[in-house]
Amino acid sequence: MEFKDYYKVLGVERTASDDDVKKAFRRLARKHHPDLNKAADAAERMQEINEAYEVLRDPQRRAAYDQVGQGRRGGERFDPPPDWGSGFEFSGGPGDGFDAERHSDFFETLFGSVHRGGRPRAHAASRGLESAQGQDHHARVTITVEDAFAGATRRITLQSPELDAQGHVHLRQRELQVTIPKGVRAGQQIRLAGQGAPGLAGGPPGDLYLEVHLEPHARYRVDGRDVYVTLPVAPWEAALGAVVEVPTPTGTLQVNVPAGSQGGRKLRLKGRGLPCAEPGDLYAELQVVLPPADSEKAQALYRQMARDMAFDARASLGDER
Amino acid sequence: MSRDFAIHVDATALEVELETEAFARACGVDVDFVALLVEEDLVRPAATPWRFGGADLARVRRIRRLQRDFDANLQTVAVMIDLLDEIDRLRSTLRREGRAP
Repeated sequence: MEFKDYYKVLGVERTASDDDVKKAFRRLARKHHPDLNKAADAAERMQEINEAYEVLRDPQRRAAYDQVGQGRRGGERFDPPPDWGSGFEFSGGPGDGFDAERHSDFFETLFGSVHRGGRPRAHAASRGLESAQGQDHHARVTITVEDAFAGATRRITLQSPELDAQGHVHLRQRELQVTIPKGVRAGQQIRLAGQGAPGLAGGPPGDLYLEVHLEPHARYRVDGRDVYVTLPVAPWEAALGAVVEVPTPTGTLQVNVPAGSQGGRKLRLKGRGLPCAEPGDLYAELQVVLPPADSEKAQALYRQMARDMAFDARASLGDER
Repeated sequence: MSRDFAIHVDATALEVELETEAFARACGVDVDFVALLVEEDLVRPAATPWRFGGADLARVRRIRRLQRDFDANLQTVAVMIDLLDEIDRLRSTLRREGRAP
Protein backbone atom coordinates (compact mmCIF):
# COMPACT_ATOMS: atom_id res chain seq x y z
CA MET A 1 0.00 0.00 0.00
CA GLU A 2 1.23 3.50 -0.77
CA PHE A 3 1.58 6.17 1.84
CA LYS A 4 -0.64 9.16 1.01
CA ASP A 5 0.66 12.62 1.69
CA TYR A 6 -2.55 14.42 2.62
CA TYR A 7 -0.70 17.68 3.25
CA LYS A 8 0.62 17.61 -0.28
CA VAL A 9 -2.84 16.84 -1.68
CA LEU A 10 -4.17 20.00 -0.05
CA GLY A 11 -0.95 21.90 -0.75
CA VAL A 12 -0.40 22.98 2.85
CA GLU A 13 2.50 22.72 5.29
CA ARG A 14 2.46 20.15 8.07
CA THR A 15 2.24 23.06 10.48
CA ALA A 16 -0.84 24.53 8.76
CA SER A 17 -3.59 25.75 11.07
CA ASP A 18 -7.12 24.34 10.91
CA ASP A 19 -8.11 27.54 9.19
CA ASP A 20 -5.43 27.15 6.51
CA VAL A 21 -6.50 23.56 5.93
CA LYS A 22 -10.09 24.65 5.49
CA LYS A 23 -9.16 27.46 3.11
CA ALA A 24 -6.98 25.16 1.03
CA PHE A 25 -9.80 22.63 0.81
CA ARG A 26 -12.32 25.27 -0.24
CA ARG A 27 -10.02 26.61 -2.92
CA LEU A 28 -9.30 23.15 -4.34
CA ALA A 29 -12.97 22.16 -4.16
CA ARG A 30 -13.95 25.16 -6.26
CA LYS A 31 -11.28 24.26 -8.79
CA HIS A 32 -11.72 20.50 -9.03
CA HIS A 33 -15.32 19.85 -8.09
CA PRO A 34 -16.72 17.44 -10.70
CA ASP A 35 -19.87 19.56 -10.97
CA LEU A 36 -17.82 22.61 -11.89
CA ASN A 37 -14.88 21.04 -13.72
CA LYS A 38 -15.46 18.96 -16.83
CA ALA A 39 -12.04 17.29 -16.80
CA ALA A 40 -12.32 13.52 -16.98
CA ASP A 41 -10.33 13.02 -13.78
CA ALA A 42 -12.12 15.72 -11.76
CA ALA A 43 -14.18 13.23 -9.77
CA GLU A 44 -11.11 11.22 -8.89
CA ARG A 45 -9.15 14.31 -7.92
CA MET A 46 -12.03 15.59 -5.76
CA GLN A 47 -12.20 12.25 -3.99
CA GLU A 48 -8.54 12.61 -3.06
CA ILE A 49 -9.10 16.16 -1.85
CA ASN A 50 -12.12 15.12 0.20
CA GLU A 51 -10.22 12.27 1.76
CA ALA A 52 -7.29 14.51 2.70
CA TYR A 53 -9.66 17.05 4.21
CA GLU A 54 -11.55 14.40 6.14
CA VAL A 55 -8.32 13.46 7.87
CA LEU A 56 -6.75 16.88 8.36
CA ARG A 57 -9.90 18.67 9.54
CA ASP A 58 -10.38 16.20 12.39
CA PRO A 59 -7.91 16.73 15.28
CA GLN A 60 -7.97 13.06 16.32
CA ARG A 61 -7.39 11.75 12.83
CA ARG A 62 -4.79 14.38 12.06
CA ALA A 63 -2.82 13.53 15.19
CA ALA A 64 -2.91 9.83 14.35
CA TYR A 65 -1.92 10.50 10.77
CA ASP A 66 0.96 12.74 11.83
CA GLN A 67 2.24 10.01 14.08
CA VAL A 68 2.46 7.35 11.34
CA GLY A 69 3.47 9.93 8.76
CA GLN A 70 6.64 11.14 10.43
CA GLY A 71 9.47 11.09 7.90
CA ARG A 72 7.39 9.52 5.14
CA ARG A 73 6.80 10.76 1.65
CA GLY A 74 3.78 10.30 -0.58
CA GLY A 75 3.88 7.18 -2.77
CA GLU A 76 6.25 5.42 -0.39
CA ARG A 77 5.40 1.85 0.53
CA PHE A 78 3.44 1.79 3.74
CA ASP A 79 2.52 -0.96 6.16
CA PRO A 80 0.64 0.02 9.26
CA PRO A 81 2.52 -0.46 12.52
CA PRO A 82 1.50 -3.69 14.28
CA ASP A 83 0.11 -1.85 17.30
CA TRP A 84 -1.89 0.48 15.11
CA GLY A 85 -5.24 1.49 16.49
CA SER A 86 -4.37 1.18 20.17
CA GLY A 87 -4.49 4.49 21.92
CA PHE A 88 -6.70 6.18 19.35
CA GLU A 89 -10.39 6.17 19.23
CA PHE A 90 -12.12 7.45 16.16
CA SER A 91 -15.55 8.82 16.57
CA GLY A 92 -16.15 8.76 12.86
CA GLY A 93 -17.29 11.62 10.72
CA PRO A 94 -20.79 12.58 9.78
CA GLY A 95 -21.72 9.63 7.61
CA ASP A 96 -24.09 10.68 4.93
CA GLY A 97 -24.35 7.40 3.10
CA PHE A 98 -23.00 9.07 0.03
CA ASP A 99 -21.44 6.52 -2.17
CA ALA A 100 -19.23 8.93 -4.10
CA GLU A 101 -17.35 9.01 -0.82
CA ARG A 102 -15.05 6.08 -1.36
CA HIS A 103 -11.78 5.96 0.41
CA SER A 104 -8.36 4.69 -0.54
CA ASP A 105 -7.05 1.46 0.98
CA PHE A 106 -4.64 3.67 2.89
CA PHE A 107 -7.49 5.58 4.55
CA GLU A 108 -9.40 2.37 5.24
CA THR A 109 -6.39 0.82 6.91
CA LEU A 110 -5.81 3.78 9.17
CA PHE A 111 -9.33 4.79 10.01
CA GLY A 112 -11.51 1.88 9.08
CA SER A 113 -14.81 2.49 7.41
CA VAL A 114 -16.87 3.37 10.45
CA HIS A 115 -18.62 6.20 8.80
CA ARG A 116 -19.70 4.93 5.47
CA GLY A 117 -21.50 2.02 3.93
CA GLY A 118 -23.57 -0.55 5.76
CA ARG A 119 -25.47 2.12 7.62
CA PRO A 120 -29.08 1.10 8.11
CA ARG A 121 -31.46 3.68 6.83
CA ALA A 122 -32.69 5.96 9.56
CA HIS A 123 -36.36 5.50 8.88
CA ALA A 124 -36.03 1.72 8.74
CA ALA A 125 -34.31 1.76 12.11
CA SER A 126 -36.88 4.08 13.64
CA ARG A 127 -39.62 1.68 12.69
CA GLY A 128 -37.80 -1.04 14.54
CA LEU A 129 -37.20 -3.14 11.45
CA GLU A 130 -34.28 -5.47 11.84
CA SER A 131 -33.36 -5.86 8.24
CA ALA A 132 -32.80 -3.18 5.68
CA GLN A 133 -32.27 -2.99 1.98
CA GLY A 134 -28.64 -2.58 0.93
CA GLN A 135 -27.39 0.75 -0.31
CA ASP A 136 -27.75 1.72 -3.90
CA HIS A 137 -24.53 2.13 -5.80
CA HIS A 138 -23.69 4.47 -8.63
CA ALA A 139 -21.20 4.16 -11.44
CA ARG A 140 -20.54 5.64 -14.85
CA VAL A 141 -20.41 3.94 -18.17
CA THR A 142 -18.92 5.62 -21.23
CA ILE A 143 -20.00 4.57 -24.70
CA THR A 144 -19.40 5.82 -28.23
CA VAL A 145 -22.00 7.38 -30.48
CA GLU A 146 -21.99 4.20 -32.58
CA ASP A 147 -22.71 2.20 -29.40
CA ALA A 148 -25.67 4.44 -28.62
CA PHE A 149 -27.08 3.58 -32.06
CA ALA A 150 -26.32 -0.12 -32.15
CA GLY A 151 -26.21 -1.12 -28.49
CA ALA A 152 -23.05 -2.26 -26.73
CA THR A 153 -21.58 -4.61 -24.20
CA ARG A 154 -19.45 -3.14 -21.47
CA ARG A 155 -17.41 -4.78 -18.77
CA ILE A 156 -17.60 -2.79 -15.56
CA THR A 157 -15.43 -3.33 -12.52
CA LEU A 158 -16.99 -2.34 -9.22
CA GLN A 159 -15.46 -2.18 -5.80
CA SER A 160 -17.61 -2.25 -2.75
CA PRO A 161 -16.80 -2.65 0.93
CA GLU A 162 -18.27 -5.69 2.61
CA LEU A 163 -18.39 -6.80 6.21
CA ASP A 164 -17.37 -10.39 6.87
CA ALA A 165 -18.60 -12.55 9.74
CA GLN A 166 -15.92 -11.16 12.07
CA GLY A 167 -16.95 -7.61 11.32
CA HIS A 168 -13.88 -6.83 9.21
CA VAL A 169 -14.27 -4.74 6.12
CA HIS A 170 -13.08 -6.13 2.82
CA LEU A 171 -13.15 -4.51 -0.54
CA ARG A 172 -14.96 -6.85 -2.84
CA GLN A 173 -14.25 -6.51 -6.50
CA ARG A 174 -16.65 -7.79 -9.04
CA GLU A 175 -17.10 -7.53 -12.72
CA LEU A 176 -20.35 -7.00 -14.48
CA GLN A 177 -20.85 -7.51 -18.13
CA VAL A 178 -23.64 -5.18 -19.10
CA THR A 179 -25.47 -5.25 -22.38
CA ILE A 180 -26.65 -1.74 -23.09
CA PRO A 181 -29.62 -1.41 -25.41
CA LYS A 182 -29.53 0.86 -28.42
CA GLY A 183 -31.05 4.30 -28.15
CA VAL A 184 -29.47 5.17 -24.82
CA ARG A 185 -28.90 8.89 -24.28
CA ALA A 186 -26.18 10.83 -22.48
CA GLY A 187 -27.10 11.47 -18.85
CA GLN A 188 -29.59 8.64 -18.77
CA GLN A 189 -29.59 6.40 -15.73
CA ILE A 190 -29.63 2.65 -16.23
CA ARG A 191 -31.08 0.87 -13.23
CA LEU A 192 -29.79 -2.60 -12.47
CA ALA A 193 -32.08 -3.98 -9.80
CA GLY A 194 -30.38 -5.94 -7.02
CA GLN A 195 -26.82 -5.14 -8.12
CA GLY A 196 -26.05 -2.64 -5.34
CA ALA A 197 -24.80 -3.37 -1.84
CA PRO A 198 -26.00 -6.55 -0.13
CA GLY A 199 -28.93 -6.13 2.25
CA LEU A 200 -28.54 -5.99 6.00
CA ALA A 201 -29.77 -8.86 8.12
CA GLY A 202 -31.55 -10.57 5.28
CA GLY A 203 -32.84 -7.43 3.63
CA PRO A 204 -32.87 -7.24 -0.16
CA PRO A 205 -29.80 -5.89 -1.95
CA GLY A 206 -29.69 -2.33 -3.21
CA ASP A 207 -29.73 -1.34 -6.86
CA LEU A 208 -26.93 -0.22 -9.12
CA TYR A 209 -27.35 2.89 -11.24
CA LEU A 210 -25.18 3.47 -14.25
CA GLU A 211 -25.00 6.99 -15.60
CA VAL A 212 -24.41 7.01 -19.33
CA HIS A 213 -21.69 9.20 -20.80
CA LEU A 214 -21.02 9.64 -24.49
CA GLU A 215 -17.50 9.88 -25.83
CA PRO A 216 -17.08 12.94 -28.03
CA HIS A 217 -17.10 11.94 -31.69
CA ALA A 218 -14.98 13.46 -34.45
CA ARG A 219 -17.96 13.62 -36.83
CA TYR A 220 -21.24 13.46 -34.93
CA ARG A 221 -22.52 15.89 -32.32
CA VAL A 222 -25.26 14.50 -30.12
CA ASP A 223 -27.77 16.70 -28.34
CA GLY A 224 -30.32 14.64 -26.45
CA ARG A 225 -31.93 12.42 -29.06
CA ASP A 226 -30.80 14.49 -32.03
CA VAL A 227 -27.57 14.09 -33.94
CA TYR A 228 -25.80 16.81 -35.91
CA VAL A 229 -23.32 16.26 -38.70
CA THR A 230 -21.53 18.78 -40.90
CA LEU A 231 -22.11 18.11 -44.59
CA PRO A 232 -19.59 19.78 -46.93
CA VAL A 233 -21.01 20.73 -50.36
CA ALA A 234 -19.61 22.42 -53.46
CA PRO A 235 -21.02 25.87 -54.34
CA TRP A 236 -22.86 24.49 -57.39
CA GLU A 237 -24.43 21.70 -55.31
CA ALA A 238 -25.78 24.29 -52.87
CA ALA A 239 -26.85 26.66 -55.64
CA LEU A 240 -28.37 24.24 -58.12
CA GLY A 241 -29.46 21.47 -55.81
CA ALA A 242 -28.01 17.96 -55.71
CA VAL A 243 -28.40 14.52 -54.25
CA VAL A 244 -25.41 13.87 -52.00
CA GLU A 245 -24.35 11.16 -49.58
CA VAL A 246 -24.35 11.93 -45.89
CA PRO A 247 -22.65 9.67 -43.33
CA THR A 248 -24.75 8.55 -40.37
CA PRO A 249 -23.83 6.25 -37.48
CA THR A 250 -25.87 3.50 -39.13
CA GLY A 251 -24.54 3.95 -42.67
CA THR A 252 -24.62 6.33 -45.57
CA LEU A 253 -27.85 8.01 -46.65
CA GLN A 254 -28.76 9.93 -49.79
CA VAL A 255 -30.10 13.39 -49.14
CA ASN A 256 -31.56 15.96 -51.41
CA VAL A 257 -29.86 19.35 -51.11
CA PRO A 258 -32.49 21.84 -52.27
CA ALA A 259 -31.49 24.40 -54.91
CA GLY A 260 -30.68 27.81 -53.48
CA SER A 261 -29.22 26.46 -50.22
CA GLN A 262 -26.73 28.53 -48.23
CA GLY A 263 -24.05 27.39 -45.83
CA GLY A 264 -25.46 26.72 -42.34
CA ARG A 265 -28.75 25.36 -43.65
CA LYS A 266 -29.81 22.34 -41.64
CA LEU A 267 -31.42 19.46 -43.49
CA ARG A 268 -33.56 17.40 -41.15
CA LEU A 269 -33.62 13.65 -41.59
CA LYS A 270 -36.60 12.70 -39.51
CA GLY A 271 -36.23 9.72 -37.23
CA ARG A 272 -32.54 9.22 -38.09
CA GLY A 273 -31.34 10.38 -34.67
CA LEU A 274 -30.94 8.10 -31.66
CA PRO A 275 -33.20 5.04 -32.05
CA CYS A 276 -35.08 5.32 -28.74
CA ALA A 277 -38.83 4.99 -28.14
CA GLU A 278 -39.40 8.36 -29.79
CA PRO A 279 -36.45 8.44 -32.20
CA GLY A 280 -34.55 11.67 -32.58
CA ASP A 281 -33.70 13.42 -35.83
CA LEU A 282 -30.45 13.76 -37.71
CA TYR A 283 -29.50 17.22 -38.91
CA ALA A 284 -27.04 17.59 -41.77
CA GLU A 285 -25.65 21.10 -41.60
CA LEU A 286 -24.45 22.36 -44.96
CA GLN A 287 -20.98 23.78 -45.18
CA VAL A 288 -20.23 25.35 -48.56
CA VAL A 289 -16.63 24.66 -49.49
CA LEU A 290 -15.02 26.86 -52.14
CA PRO A 291 -12.87 25.12 -54.72
CA PRO A 292 -9.32 26.51 -54.56
CA ALA A 293 -8.39 28.94 -57.32
CA ASP A 294 -5.07 27.20 -57.83
CA SER A 295 -5.04 26.80 -61.60
CA GLU A 296 -5.41 29.06 -64.62
CA LYS A 297 -8.69 27.39 -65.45
CA ALA A 298 -10.13 27.82 -61.94
CA GLN A 299 -9.09 31.46 -61.78
CA ALA A 300 -10.68 32.07 -65.18
CA LEU A 301 -13.96 30.56 -63.96
CA TYR A 302 -13.98 32.75 -60.82
CA ARG A 303 -13.23 35.83 -62.96
CA GLN A 304 -16.05 34.95 -65.30
CA MET A 305 -18.48 34.66 -62.35
CA ALA A 306 -17.29 38.02 -61.00
CA ARG A 307 -17.91 39.59 -64.40
CA ASP A 308 -21.22 38.00 -65.29
CA MET A 309 -23.07 37.51 -62.01
CA ALA A 310 -23.65 41.02 -60.61
CA PHE A 311 -23.45 39.63 -57.09
CA ASP A 312 -22.96 41.78 -54.00
CA ALA A 313 -21.83 39.54 -51.12
CA ARG A 314 -22.27 42.45 -48.69
CA ALA A 315 -25.72 43.62 -49.73
CA SER A 316 -27.06 42.70 -46.29
CA LEU A 317 -24.74 45.25 -44.62
CA GLY A 318 -26.86 48.05 -46.10
CA ASP A 319 -25.83 51.38 -47.62
CA GLU A 320 -23.97 52.96 -44.70
CA ARG A 321 -20.80 51.21 -45.76
CA MET B 1 -11.82 -12.06 -5.17
CA SER B 2 -13.59 -11.50 -8.40
CA ARG B 3 -16.93 -12.70 -9.57
CA ASP B 4 -18.42 -12.33 -12.96
CA PHE B 5 -21.98 -11.50 -13.80
CA ALA B 6 -23.51 -11.09 -17.18
CA ILE B 7 -26.43 -8.73 -17.20
CA HIS B 8 -28.66 -8.00 -20.07
CA VAL B 9 -30.20 -4.57 -19.74
CA ASP B 10 -33.50 -4.27 -21.48
CA ALA B 11 -34.99 -0.99 -22.54
CA THR B 12 -37.20 -0.84 -19.43
CA ALA B 13 -34.09 -0.33 -17.29
CA LEU B 14 -33.63 2.99 -19.07
CA GLU B 15 -36.96 4.41 -18.01
CA VAL B 16 -36.19 4.96 -14.37
CA GLU B 17 -39.36 5.74 -12.46
CA LEU B 18 -39.14 5.66 -8.70
CA GLU B 19 -41.52 6.14 -5.82
CA THR B 20 -40.39 8.48 -3.08
CA GLU B 21 -38.85 5.88 -0.78
CA ALA B 22 -36.87 4.09 -3.50
CA PHE B 23 -35.86 7.45 -4.92
CA ALA B 24 -34.56 8.66 -1.55
CA ARG B 25 -32.55 5.46 -1.17
CA ALA B 26 -31.12 5.78 -4.67
CA CYS B 27 -30.03 9.33 -3.85
CA GLY B 28 -28.61 8.32 -0.46
CA VAL B 29 -30.90 10.72 1.42
CA ASP B 30 -33.91 10.57 3.75
CA VAL B 31 -37.48 10.78 2.55
CA ASP B 32 -37.78 14.05 4.53
CA PHE B 33 -34.96 15.56 2.51
CA VAL B 34 -36.73 14.66 -0.73
CA ALA B 35 -39.88 16.33 0.60
CA LEU B 36 -37.85 19.44 1.46
CA LEU B 37 -36.38 19.59 -2.06
CA VAL B 38 -39.84 19.33 -3.58
CA GLU B 39 -41.12 22.03 -1.23
CA GLU B 40 -38.21 24.29 -2.21
CA ASP B 41 -38.92 23.56 -5.88
CA LEU B 42 -35.47 22.12 -6.47
CA VAL B 43 -36.96 18.87 -7.73
CA ARG B 44 -40.27 18.45 -9.50
CA PRO B 45 -41.86 15.01 -9.29
CA ALA B 46 -43.62 13.90 -12.44
CA ALA B 47 -46.94 12.91 -10.86
CA THR B 48 -48.96 12.57 -7.66
CA PRO B 49 -48.23 10.34 -5.79
CA TRP B 50 -44.69 11.39 -6.47
CA ARG B 51 -42.67 9.71 -9.19
CA PHE B 52 -39.07 10.56 -9.96
CA GLY B 53 -36.94 9.86 -13.01
CA GLY B 54 -33.27 9.42 -13.84
CA ALA B 55 -32.70 13.15 -14.37
CA ASP B 56 -34.06 13.87 -10.86
CA LEU B 57 -31.68 11.29 -9.47
CA ALA B 58 -28.66 12.94 -11.07
CA ARG B 59 -29.93 16.31 -9.83
CA VAL B 60 -30.36 15.33 -6.18
CA ARG B 61 -26.96 13.65 -6.12
CA ARG B 62 -25.48 16.85 -7.50
CA ILE B 63 -27.30 18.89 -4.82
CA ARG B 64 -25.84 16.61 -2.15
CA ARG B 65 -22.32 16.93 -3.54
CA LEU B 66 -22.55 20.72 -3.67
CA GLN B 67 -24.00 20.94 -0.17
CA ARG B 68 -21.34 18.70 1.27
CA ASP B 69 -18.28 20.04 -0.51
CA PHE B 70 -19.10 23.76 -0.22
CA ASP B 71 -21.02 23.81 3.04
CA ALA B 72 -23.72 25.53 0.99
CA ASN B 73 -27.29 25.98 2.13
CA LEU B 74 -30.18 24.98 -0.11
CA GLN B 75 -30.82 28.46 -1.48
CA THR B 76 -27.18 28.79 -2.50
CA VAL B 77 -27.27 25.35 -4.06
CA ALA B 78 -30.41 26.33 -5.95
CA VAL B 79 -28.55 29.26 -7.53
CA MET B 80 -25.56 27.04 -8.33
CA ILE B 81 -27.83 24.46 -9.93
CA ASP B 82 -29.53 27.11 -12.08
CA LEU B 83 -26.17 28.42 -13.24
CA LEU B 84 -24.83 24.93 -13.93
CA ASP B 85 -27.99 24.10 -15.92
CA GLU B 86 -27.46 27.28 -17.91
CA ILE B 87 -23.83 26.34 -18.60
CA ASP B 88 -24.99 22.89 -19.72
CA ARG B 89 -27.46 24.49 -22.11
CA LEU B 90 -24.80 26.82 -23.53
CA ARG B 91 -22.33 23.97 -23.86
CA SER B 92 -24.81 21.83 -25.75
CA THR B 93 -25.54 24.74 -28.09
CA LEU B 94 -21.82 25.11 -28.77
CA ARG B 95 -21.49 21.38 -29.30
CA ARG B 96 -24.43 21.36 -31.70
CA GLU B 97 -22.78 24.15 -33.68
CA GLY B 98 -19.57 22.15 -33.74
CA ARG B 99 -17.67 24.82 -31.82
CA ALA B 100 -16.83 22.69 -28.77
CA PRO B 101 -15.78 19.09 -28.33
